[in-house]
Amino acid sequence: MSEDMNGGMDNTLTDPLSSTNLMSLTIDGQEIQAEKGQTIVQAAQKNGIYIPTLCALHADKESGLKHDLAPGTCRICTVKANGRTTAACTTPISQGLVVENDTPELNDLRKTIVELLFVEGNHFCPSCEKSGSCDLQALAYRYQMLTPRFHYAFTPRKVNADMPKLLWDGNRCILCRRCVLAIRTEEGEPLFVFANRGDKSTITVDTELIQDISEELAQQAMDICPVGAIIRKGKGFDTPFGQRKYDHSPIGSDTACSSGENKAGGEKS
Amino acid sequence: MAQKITIEPVTRVEGHGKVTIHLDDNHQVTESRLHIVEFRGFERFVCGRPFWEAPVLVQRLCGICPVSHHLAAAKAMDMLVGAGDGNGLTPVAEKMRRLMHYGQIFQSHVLHFFHLASPDLLFGMDADPERRNVIGVILEHPELAKQAVLMRKYGQEIIAATAGKKIHGTGAIPGGINKNLSLEDRDAFLNGINGNPDLSADKMIEWSEAALALLLDYHSSHTEFLDGFAAFSSNHLSLVRPDGALDLYHGIIRAVDPEGKRIVNDVDSRDYLDVVEEEVRSWSYMKFPYIKELGPKEGWYRVGPLARLNVCDFIPSPKAQAAFEQFRAYTKGKPNHMSMHYHWARLIETLHAAEMMKELLLDPDLQGTDLVIKGERCGEGIGLLEAPRGTLFHHYQVNEQDLITMCNLIVSTTNNNEPMNRAVNSAAVAQMTGKAEITEPMMNAVEVAIRAYDPCLSCATHAMGQMPLEVTLYDAAGAVVDQQRKGM
Ligand code: SF4
Ligand code: SF4
Ligand code: FES
Repeated sequence: MSEDMNGGMDNTLTDPLSSTNLMSLTIDGQEIQAEKGQTIVQAAQKNGIYIPTLCALHADKESGLKHDLAPGTCRICTVKANGRTTAACTTPISQGLVVENDTPELNDLRKTIVELLFVEGNHFCPSCEKSGSCDLQALAYRYQMLTPRFHYAFTPRKVNADMPKLLWDGNRCILCRRCVLAIRTEEGEPLFVFANRGDKSTITVDTELIQDISEELAQQAMDICPVGAIIRKGKGFDTPFGQRKYDHSPIGSDTACSSGENKAGGEKS
Repeated sequence: MAQKITIEPVTRVEGHGKVTIHLDDNHQVTESRLHIVEFRGFERFVCGRPFWEAPVLVQRLCGICPVSHHLAAAKAMDMLVGAGDGNGLTPVAEKMRRLMHYGQIFQSHVLHFFHLASPDLLFGMDADPERRNVIGVILEHPELAKQAVLMRKYGQEIIAATAGKKIHGTGAIPGGINKNLSLEDRDAFLNGINGNPDLSADKMIEWSEAALALLLDYHSSHTEFLDGFAAFSSNHLSLVRPDGALDLYHGIIRAVDPEGKRIVNDVDSRDYLDVVEEEVRSWSYMKFPYIKELGPKEGWYRVGPLARLNVCDFIPSPKAQAAFEQFRAYTKGKPNHMSMHYHWARLIETLHAAEMMKELLLDPDLQGTDLVIKGERCGEGIGLLEAPRGTLFHHYQVNEQDLITMCNLIVSTTNNNEPMNRAVNSAAVAQMTGKAEITEPMMNAVEVAIRAYDPCLSCATHAMGQMPLEVTLYDAAGAVVDQQRKGM
């Protein structure tokens, strides 16, 4: 809820305006409440339940985003809502909704998605700067991806090193579209755009606009990319082991999954 | 009838290899060759990658000394980002890297000597393979085995604290290092990791001295074998500090001839192409480097511990210096050409590494916070380093977009290619002359010769008594007359 709507009022769940907007739903049998208009992913996260995401990203300090992103491109968040398979990041909640999330069937599906992303790109994690801070790699650990079930596609991919501050490595791009939506000039013009269709889809860069982006925007582009496809140029590997994003707690461990470990009541801040 | 014996595979870190020994009608060895099918793909597949990835990528060249490749590439990248050629870093960066490197030298030398070579020395080359392995060492010399394990662990922990991980860390970055050493780590290394006094800097020095004493004791009772086995004269090449001191991390290029005369005198490491050239031979995937001025016939040289002690003037740590003086006196100040003395030199360097680790740990510079410097970027980077098994040459060219366009690597094994071939031949002549049958001790003798220079995955397996080895005896017409297999 924005400050304007609040009119400077104390924004808590006891606020009369908010409470009228609350809806009840269940995720994996646990009853939770969330605000009308929220997506299943938002509702789950608010209540401390983990649903994996790759393309969706919440607006917060860490992401540096002003608005939530949910391009719905990756499908890793797939859940069953009232029995129907759907992307949790793009599906709004409804009163009495029954969501299945942490089930063997859905987790196997997610593992499959991760495996397909790996065999489609060319991922050599050991030399990738994002290793340890990469969401795709972290999900591969979470779903215990071991040997490849699918053939490697050996897709020829490009590296775009023509930009002054950034390098884009197509070998690692999962076409999540985060950069397209989030990385823009002050006037709102996109720097990264989708090009082509189907299996020819790729990211292209506005060569003129990219010339004078700030250090901060370059860093934000690297941070917003869930994998190691957007990399800052001329430096690298300067985060030592032990200080990378997933060195101490695996992905999803800040919000428990529903196998009996849910934080009771979830977060209410 | 003329025969050809093939020992295949001799599995190596870089790939597979095989040994062929050619006999004439009288069972005299006419020629032996060590064929190494080294995987040189690295020089191609780093091309097109951003330069700062190279130190992380190329360390996969070797499973035993990844740190050496990591640091050689990082030194090349220092030059590229305008941070000097190995001397221009901040004190904390240079000393952290040195500590990492001495940790690598220490653990690799310990592994090489105790795990791979000591079974042959403690039990004899022709002892029963069931006994002549690291398990045999553990059973019959438990105290020695324990020391070897703890020494190796110490080196590995030093690497982990400086590079981030025991293998394939990312500590060295272009122009510096990504962390300093915590006081907690420093105290643990000085006083004993996890409070274990056996894992302290002083213990490492003490045990290194004991290992050296063990070898010298063995030498006094097996002088003929150690001095004579696979001995041949050669040139020797290594880096040295400008004042002539042994320096394993950085230096100028120096080489001496069999008599000790300087044939390459203090050349800047960036000018390595003025000094060495590589020859391609049809029967091996590995090139044969030689000193340019002398040509391929006369110019081949040895690298590694033996070469380093033949080339340097002194060792800048007291206990190793004393051991060095004894080593030098043995050949009356002339270069030492005895292949088995690689182990002697290796243990002197092990002692030096232990002393250097302690000295560095006591240096407050390691807790500094000035980690990286950069200057004017250029398009070319060259990094040379003394790895456990010898000189490494790393050379890269980078385009304006920061992508690598050329990479040339001459690794220790390549430098020692010709000497290893000669050592194999010498062992074969000694073992095979007048014999028509392939025996296990004969096969092992060939490996002992290789092992003096370079441990390999096969040797590690062999240490368990299971080296995958095939020996085939051919007659002149190419028909198999004898075949021996083990561990396959
Ligand atoms: S992007 Fe992630 S998954 Fe891909 S190579 Fe890098 S660390 Fe591995
Ligand atoms: S570059 Fe990164 S953020 Fe952009 S689409 Fe590819 S993976 Fe997503
Ligand atoms: S996170 Fe929902 S589709 Fe990507």
